[in-house]
Amino acid sequence: MIHNIPYLAAVALAIIGLYAVLFKRNLIKIAIGISILESGVNLFLITLGYRENAVAPIYTNLPEGTSIPEGMTLPVPQALTLTSIVIGVAVLALILSFAVKIYQHYGTLDSREVRGLRK
Amino acid sequence: MNKIAILMVFIIFSCVLISTILTLRPFGEPKSTEMDDYIIKNAQNETGANNAVTSVVFDYRGFDTLGEATVLFTAVAGVLLVLRRNAHE
Amino acid sequence: MSEPSKIVKTIASIIFPFTMVFGIYVILHGHLTPGGGFQGGAIVASGIVLLLVAFGSAEIAKRVKESHLSILESAGALCFISLAFLGLFKTFFYNFLAGSNFIFGRIPPFGSNPGDMNTGGVLPLMNMSVGLKVIAGLSAIVLVLSLFARSRKQKKR
Repeated sequence: MIHNIPYLAAVALAIIGLYAVLFKRNLIKIAIGISILESGVNLFLITLGYRENAVAPIYTNLPEGTSIPEGMTLPVPQALTLTSIVIGVAVLALILSFAVKIYQHYGTLDSREVRGLRK
Repeated sequence: MNKIAILMVFIIFSCVLISTILTLRPFGEPKSTEMDDYIIKNAQNETGANNAVTSVVFDYRGFDTLGEATVLFTAVAGVLLVLRRNAHE
Repeated sequence: MSEPSKIVKTIASIIFPFTMVFGIYVILHGHLTPGGGFQGGAIVASGIVLLLVAFGSAEIAKRVKESHLSILESAGALCFISLAFLGLFKTFFYNFLAGSNFIFGRIPPFGSNPGDMNTGGVLPLMNMSVGLKVIAGLSAIVLVLSLFARSRKQKKR
């Protein structure tokens, strides 16, 4: 269990984000919760691609004595995490612009009052 | 009633998450690395770049970067459409 | 809200050129060092947001129009797509500049080497177009959000 601590950190971030999404009423707090949940998932994705005592897969001025395929970390999870971070930024921008418009229309940011479709 | 359902969903989800990561492989030993070994060995020869991560992002997996650029463009277009100022006259 | 003080304005104007130079360096050397188009574009956009916070949105909206930013972002996206289409004689995203003696066509020797900027094929051009797109997109988002908040505050008063 002691060698699984990075995975525990990523799951702890995901649980904190999920608590903020499920139990809070303010729209801005829900947006912060979505952002924390996304950070936890990205951290989990990037800790899957690590090798023991390895350096980054970049050939410019390599330190002496690194073996070429076995001394470098895997590059494909890093590329997928980059795409995921940019998509998280795009989703957060749209959520915040909708929150500004909702506040202009209803006058409050409580998620139980802004249910105009239900009545 | 509603609060009890939300609490049950939260507890079940967190238990499933924690019990999953306790059965993963130890940190730092990936199982099958044949694709990444091929990419690290041949990235300088085929693409001509020193950076293996950039060659994966733009050359070996260029379609994902195309989709990501589309998502960024759609988000900017959506924000500029929602927050227009001269639409109230 | 009162106007920001003179100390904040002076320090922001001093730090902004260094931020922009560092961001453009990270974009241009994306095929040699860690970095690339998305990372360098985020750095330059954060420099523009620093100016926006220090000077207020009325000052910045006089110099940076959002229609120009929209044209820049569309130009970046079109450049990226046309670079992908130019290698269509073999496959869709073919790296047609690596190995030929055009601008970026040298193949570096295998193993550790000090980086040469002449390498990389079509990768530095793609880095530059994606960096331009990210700079224009993120700056347009923050500019429109701050202008909307300011116009709402003036209408309510």
